[in-house]
Amino acid sequence: MIQSFGWQSVQFLFHGLIWTVGLSVCTFVCGGIFGLIFALARALGPRWLQLIVAGYIQLVQATPLLILIFLAFYGLSFAGFYFPPLAAAAISLSIYATAFLADIWRGCIEAIPRTQWEAADALALSRIQRLRYVILPQAFRIALGPTVGFMVQIVKNTSVTALIGFVELTRAGQLLNNMTFQPFHVFLTVAAFYFAVCYPLSWWSEKLKERKSAGPAH
Amino acid sequence: MPALRIENLKKSYGTVPVLKGINLAVENGDVVAVIGRSGSGKSTMLRCINGLEPFQEGSIVVAGHRLDQSRANLRDLRKEVGMVFQSYNLFPHLSVAENIMLAPRVVKGLPRDQRELLVRDVLSRVGLAEKASAYPDELSGGQQQRVAIARSLAMKPKVMLFDEVTSALDPELTGEVLKTIAELAEAGMTMVLVTHEMGFARRVATRTVFMHEGKIWEEGPSAQIFAHPATPELRSFIATDLK
Ligand SMILES: Nc1ncnc2c1ncn2[C@@H]1O[C@H](COP(=O)(O)OP(=O)(O)OP(=O)(O)O)[C@@H](O)[C@H]1O
Ligand SMILES: [Mg+2]
Repeated sequence: MIQSFGWQSVQFLFHGLIWTVGLSVCTFVCGGIFGLIFALARALGPRWLQLIVAGYIQLVQATPLLILIFLAFYGLSFAGFYFPPLAAAAISLSIYATAFLADIWRGCIEAIPRTQWEAADALALSRIQRLRYVILPQAFRIALGPTVGFMVQIVKNTSVTALIGFVELTRAGQLLNNMTFQPFHVFLTVAAFYFAVCYPLSWWSEKLKERKSAGPAH
Repeated sequence: MPALRIENLKKSYGTVPVLKGINLAVENGDVVAVIGRSGSGKSTMLRCINGLEPFQEGSIVVAGHRLDQSRANLRDLRKEVGMVFQSYNLFPHLSVAENIMLAPRVVKGLPRDQRELLVRDVLSRVGLAEKASAYPDELSGGQQQRVAIARSLAMKPKVMLFDEVTSALDPELTGEVLKTIAELAEAGMTMVLVTHEMGFARRVATRTVFMHEGKIWEEGPSAQIFAHPATPELRSFIATDLK
């Protein structure tokens, strides 16, 4: 059935955008929680744990996201665990985000000078207290810019899940194009939607990085 | 019981011995200056005293806490032994008042109203009462170092350790920090201070310890150490400093 590009099409794409944003948020939350745990393990854990986490990070970072997604969708269903596209997308994107966020945040934790640990140590703070009150607040400040920057990557990378049939913004665009044969209208609208989400994030990320280089914010 | 007693302290980094059997006793109210050439082990000894560095042999008793190779109960010891570093090491994300309050709050559970009194008290002792709400990067080096001293004082330590606390400062800022330390000494604080300020050691320290090649080479009342050095090493050390 051929229809022409109109208000209904925009609504259809907007529906896809909501799934894109939802999947991004879910990825960021899951990836954030595990990323923080992994970052702490990588920076401060016992040697064997550091090695395991470092291995995980390198393995995931060296694998194309699409392969992770195919593994979660086709691979696991072949092995008898069927995940619907949404679950497969969320799982694989979270695995991907965990690795990258863990790596970013580990760098931020390690960027805090050893003398800060020592000063807190000399004041009788426990290891947990040193982390909680001295190291993590400073690391958090350095991490904000790159973390928001990585959120842009997450949003854009959700488009890869179109390839397993998850109907987010990109997949919605493909479907609509098949119905309307008006690729310019369709994909320019899709691009505009991505831009509307990503640009404010990029802008915010740059702002945060500037503030950091201008000295500690109060 | 002395405030600090070090017996046969030995420490090496890998196979390199850095402290080769240190013996030292410091009485309550003593102000001990530690002098010596770069690399003679002054900082290492100080860092062993509050457990920042592990050591291989010997024992340290400080403020009634015994420290040995097991490194147990370090936190109890650190509640009573303050340390001030050459590079101040203030927490840059916290205001002056928050820097001072942090340990009393989270380590000792001091309630809020008492914390505020405490901040005012220790800041007035270092002459910075008006800076409570400033952030470290808004202060001069000398002021930051005085805040670091106040932060350490807020734990009400029985013994304070100072590691070259004026070495990172411009000469015109050194005086204000030394004055603060001299006032603490006058108030009866037990202190061990590593310093390159010979004049200050001579005036303020009750005793001076000269370290050389990982050993306490010579020690005694400051007046005597500076006026009548017994060993050629100390004589040449004092002579190079005068030049
Ligand atoms: N972390 C370390 N690893 C290996 N060697 C070290 C370490 N810290 C200190 N040393 C060595 O131990 C020796 C004593 O160092 P220490 O810092 O105690 O000297 P110092 O008397 O404080 O000198 P300075 O006046 O320069 O501060 C030096 O030879 C130094 O190179
Ligand atoms: Mg030193």
